[in-house]
Amino acid sequence: MRITKDLVAASATPLVLGILAEGESYGYAILKQVNELSGGQLEWTDGLLYPLLHRLERLGHVEASWQTPPEGRRRKYYRITEQGLAELAEQRRQWAAVVDALRGVWNSTQAIQPITAPAWEGGR
Amino acid sequence: MTIAGDSELEGQIAEWRAYVHRRREMHSTDAEELEDHLRNRITELTESGLRADEAFLIAVKRMGTLDELSREFAREHSERLWKQLVLAKEPSAPAAARSRRELPVMLLCAAVAALAVKVPSLFGVDIADDDGSFYVRNMSLFVLPPLAAYFVWQRRVGPRVIGALAALFVLGAIAANAYPLDDGSQSLAITAIHLPLALWLVVGVAYTGGDWRSDRRRMDFVRFSGEWLIYLNLLGAGGGMLMAFTAGTFNAIGLDAEEFIGSWLAPCGFAAAVIVSAWLVEAKQSVIENMAPVLTRVFTPLFAATLLAFLVAVAWTNNGIDVERDALILFDLLLVVVLGLLLYSISARDLTAPPGFFDRMQLALVVSALVIDALVLLAITGRITEWGFTPNKTAALGENIILLANLAWSAWLLLGFVRGRMPFAHLERWQTRYMVVYAAWAWTVVLTFPPLFDFA
Repeated sequence: MRITKDLVAASATPLVLGILAEGESYGYAILKQVNELSGGQLEWTDGLLYPLLHRLERLGHVEASWQTPPEGRRRKYYRITEQGLAELAEQRRQWAAVVDALRGVWNSTQAIQPITAPAWEGGR
Repeated sequence: MTIAGDSELEGQIAEWRAYVHRRREMHSTDAEELEDHLRNRITELTESGLRADEAFLIAVKRMGTLDELSREFAREHSERLWKQLVLAKEPSAPAAARSRRELPVMLLCAAVAALAVKVPSLFGVDIADDDGSFYVRNMSLFVLPPLAAYFVWQRRVGPRVIGALAALFVLGAIAANAYPLDDGSQSLAITAIHLPLALWLVVGVAYTGGDWRSDRRRMDFVRFSGEWLIYLNLLGAGGGMLMAFTAGTFNAIGLDAEEFIGSWLAPCGFAAAVIVSAWLVEAKQSVIENMAPVLTRVFTPLFAATLLAFLVAVAWTNNGIDVERDALILFDLLLVVVLGLLLYSISARDLTAPPGFFDRMQLALVVSALVIDALVLLAITGRITEWGFTPNKTAALGENIILLANLAWSAWLLLGFVRGRMPFAHLERWQTRYMVVYAAWAWTVVLTFPPLFDFA
């Protein structure tokens, strides 16, 4: 199954904020965690995570700092802020509302079963 | 993984980094962040059994195309598409240590210039109630040495050149103050005009880092001068607003700020602006297009049209040019403008480009200026033989002849170039070589005119 671009874009902010709420992290680790959480179904173009992180930084939801391990390259770490936690809570409320509404829709139209993707699309 | 494979991978990564660096939307820190990501991805892929080059290909593919990436970065950082003159430079290269000191040194020089202007007031000569001529004579001596000092520091000029610069400034100070110039005398006005010019060319020596014989460096100084003037005017406009608001707001609460403005804000601000403009020109050299050549492009056709219209009007009405007192100076200024238009189009020109429409336009401009000036000179010679020489007239006439000679030969070279007989570089070399003449003339006027005309 491939999740459409719009859904990926819409869920990106709460996902990143949620991951950062568990602790400081950096781009690659965040991406790996997204991958694990979604069981590999959420596919991001790697590079596009960074403009998103920069946007969150500009909005004040996260803070960034460069850290250099004793040996190795320096790396940019992101940490969630108070404001970011508030934003996360807000996003969570909104998503809960959406999920509730969708659940209502699925229940009332149980006739429609999830359709498995046709075989020729499986390889995409 | 073998060492050969490792270095090959490093080469590939370096190449990729170079591509990223070429995108204006992405700063070097972004490139670093992305590179870190790329390396993580490659490590993971090689650990799962892929060869380094395969891992690299996949990692790059997953990163997304650079076009897509820069589009997203541009959406988030649209300000980066405007080339910014960053005050706090990105801490990128190790060579930045000196450029980090650039700003403090510039501020120091600006502060020295601003305070130097106020030093005479310790001895009772204040600029606001200076009915005399002290500041008229000496303003450039307060402002330009700090500017030269800034370039001396920046270009790491050797001690011999520093000595020569200092000697020239001292010579200028002597010329300005040793002669008994009366307030309101013509000689005073002439010194006030020519000393800054002479000292500006001394600054030019500092600007070239002592390498003032080089044609390229001289042309750089010409470019610098034009941009500097533009920046000084911009800062001046801002300073004017600041002064107007200072006066207005303090007036509103019944305090008179005019004395403060007149004796502190205006002179010190001007002195500091001279240095700051120079720093701005240097700092933004590689950041923004030069303005002077753009203005040249706009005004060359307009001036050419005006001068041609003037010539037609002279021929049509058969009116001779009425040589009033100030006419000679007016036409001197006209020649300066034409020369400026010529110089700045040369300064921005690709020396190898073939002659085009603009070059013909320029030729028309120069030739019409020459014809007009010939008419003026014809008219003025009669006046001078009638009334004799005064410092003003002599200086104005001398300048006119110097500019005329320059433009006449420029026209000849330009004609040769337009007809495809001569490379454009000749014209450039002619202009840069000619700068010695300006220096010689300015110093001659400053040093010899007052005694020559009995300090009239």
